[in-house]
Amino acid sequence: MAVVFEKTKMLTDAPLHYCPGCTHGIAHRLVAEVLEEIGAEGHVVGVAPVGCAVFAYNYFNCDMQEAAHGRAPAVATGIKRVTPQNIVFAYQGDGDLASIGMAEIVHAAARGEKITVIFINNTIYGMTGGQMAPTTLIGEKATTCIYGRDAEKNGNPIKMCELLATLTGPSYIERVALYDAAHVRMAKKAIKKAFTHQVENRGFSFIEILSSCPTNWGMTPEQALAFVKTDMQNFYPLGVFKEVTE
Amino acid sequence: MKELMKGNEAIAEAAIRGGCRAFFGYPITPQNEIPEYMSWRLFEVGGTFVQAESEVASINMLYGACGAGARAMTSSSSPGISLMQEGISYICCAQVPCVIVNMVRGGPGLGGIQPAQGDYFQATKGGGHGDYHMIVYGPSSVQECVNIMYEAFDVADKYRVPVMILGDGMLGQIMEPVELPPMKDLSNLPKKEWATDGTGKGKDRRIINSLLINPDDLEAHNNYMLTVYEEIAKNETRYEEYMTEDAEIVLTAYGTVARIAKSAVNIMRANGMKVGLIRPITVYPFPNKAYKDLAEKASVKEFVCVELSVGQMIEDVKLATEGKKPVKFFGRNGGNVMSPEDIVAYVTKEA
Repeated sequence: MAVVFEKTKMLTDAPLHYCPGCTHGIAHRLVAEVLEEIGAEGHVVGVAPVGCAVFAYNYFNCDMQEAAHGRAPAVATGIKRVTPQNIVFAYQGDGDLASIGMAEIVHAAARGEKITVIFINNTIYGMTGGQMAPTTLIGEKATTCIYGRDAEKNGNPIKMCELLATLTGPSYIERVALYDAAHVRMAKKAIKKAFTHQVENRGFSFIEILSSCPTNWGMTPEQALAFVKTDMQNFYPLGVFKEVTE
Repeated sequence: MKELMKGNEAIAEAAIRGGCRAFFGYPITPQNEIPEYMSWRLFEVGGTFVQAESEVASINMLYGACGAGARAMTSSSSPGISLMQEGISYICCAQVPCVIVNMVRGGPGLGGIQPAQGDYFQATKGGGHGDYHMIVYGPSSVQECVNIMYEAFDVADKYRVPVMILGDGMLGQIMEPVELPPMKDLSNLPKKEWATDGTGKGKDRRIINSLLINPDDLEAHNNYMLTVYEEIAKNETRYEEYMTEDAEIVLTAYGTVARIAKSAVNIMRANGMKVGLIRPITVYPFPNKAYKDLAEKASVKEFVCVELSVGQMIEDVKLATEGKKPVKFFGRNGGNVMSPEDIVAYVTKEA
C-alpha cells in the first residue's frame, strides 16, 4: 500500500504534553517538517526555552540543548559560532524571549548571528499559570492583572517583530498566525524562508507565531483561535517586517 | 625561552595553546586584557570571539559552545562572575566542561577594582543555586596561571565539570617572565560522544539539559555527581608545603597572598622563628588531609590563615584541622594588600 502521509522524521514519537487546543504542537510540526525539507538532519542543533516548550528537547528529533530562561539566543550563538556547519535554531515563548530574554534576543539579532528563532506569542505565561506576559494585550486578563491589563498600572505590550526590524543584523523577520489551515500553510512558508536564510548564511532570521492558550485564557479551543484571529491579529499585524534579498 | 608577560595576557595565550578556540566575555576591570587579547588572537588560530551583551549572555554562550563540544572559556571579575552564577549552575547540572577565569576584585557590591579574595565562598561552595562544585585553582604566579590554564581544558573534559581559575587583580596585572608551553595537538583529543555537535539523529541524538523534573532522577543525578567530586578530590587535589618540616607556626594562604606569606616565612626564618607555609593550589577540592596531617604533628602549635578577605578560607582550614590546633586569622580587604612585614608583625605579636 502506498504511503500517502507520514509524520516528519524530525519529530520524535514522544507524546506532546501541551494542553488541548494549544498551537505549540502545530508550530513544532511545522518547524520539524521544514528541517526535514531543507535536509537539516545530521547537522542541526535546537535550543529549548523555559516555559511551556521547556520539553521541546523531547520532541525535536535532533541534538538539543535546554537553555536557562531567556538565554536561548545566547546558547544558540555559542553553538553556531563553534559549529557553523550546523543549522541552529531557538524556540522561545513570549515571557522567555520578550521579557527575561530581551537582551539576548536583541543582541543576537543585532550581531546578525546566523541562527533562526521561532517566537511563540500567546500573550501569556502558560507554564506558570497565566500571569501577564510582555505581550499581553491592553484589557486582556491575566492572573497578575485580573481586571485586564491597564497601561498605567501594568505597562504596554511589546511588538517584537517591529522592534527587531529596526536592527541591521536580521535578514528575515515575519509574523504569522495559526488560527486556520490557510494561515498554518502560510506559517510553514515563512518558517521555511527563515531557515533558508540561515542555510544561505544571510543573517539572523526570526518568525513570530501568534498562538493560542485556551487553558490560561479560559476559553474553548475554538474561542481561542478566534481571539488570535481578531484581538491578537489587530494588535500584532501579520506580514514580513524585514527581508534582505542579497 | 622566557617572555615577559602580563598575567591576563599570559593566561589568554596559555588557554589558546591548551586548545581554547572560543571566548565569550564582557568588559570588566581588572581582567580586560584577556578578552582584548582573545579578540584578535583567536581568529589567528581559526577560533571565534564574541563580546557578549552581558556576563549573563557570556556564560550562556559558553554553555552552548561547550555543549556542542568546543574548548571554550570566559573570564570576568567578581560582579561579573556573580551575574554568571545562574549559568554556572546550569552548566554544572548539564555536565558541560568549560573554563572560567575570575580575576577577583574587592567586594561586595560594585566594590573596588583592586585585588581581593572575597569570592572564595562563591567559587568553592557553589555560588549559584543547587548542589554542585567546580574545580577551583588558586594560582600564585603568572607561570602557575599558565601551567594551570594549559591543563584546564583537559581536566574539565575528563570530569565534565567547569574549571575555575581564581586569580585576583594583582595576578592579572603583574608582569613576570613566563615559559609558554607549545600548542596542543587537538586532533587526538577523545571524542565527546555526549556533545550536541549537530550530527545526532533519531535514537542517537544528544540532549544537553539540566531539567530533571522527576525527584528520583534529580536525586540520582546529584548522588552521581557526588561520586565525581570524590574522584576529583582523590586525583586532582594539589597543594604546596614550604618549610613545614619543623614548623611551629604554619601560615596558610592561597594565590597572590601565598607569595607574600612565603616572603614572610623567609624573614621569620632568618630571625630564627620556626615558621612554615601550606598553600592550597586547588581551593576546591580543598587539601584536607595535608592540613589534618600538619595539625596532628606535635611540632605544630598553631595555624595563621592569611587572606585578602574578612576570613573565608579560614573556615575550610578549621574544618580540615578538626580543632586539633588553634587557627588565627590575619587579613586585609577592600583592595588593600598586606606586606610580608605586616604578616611578620602579626605573627610576632599574636602567634
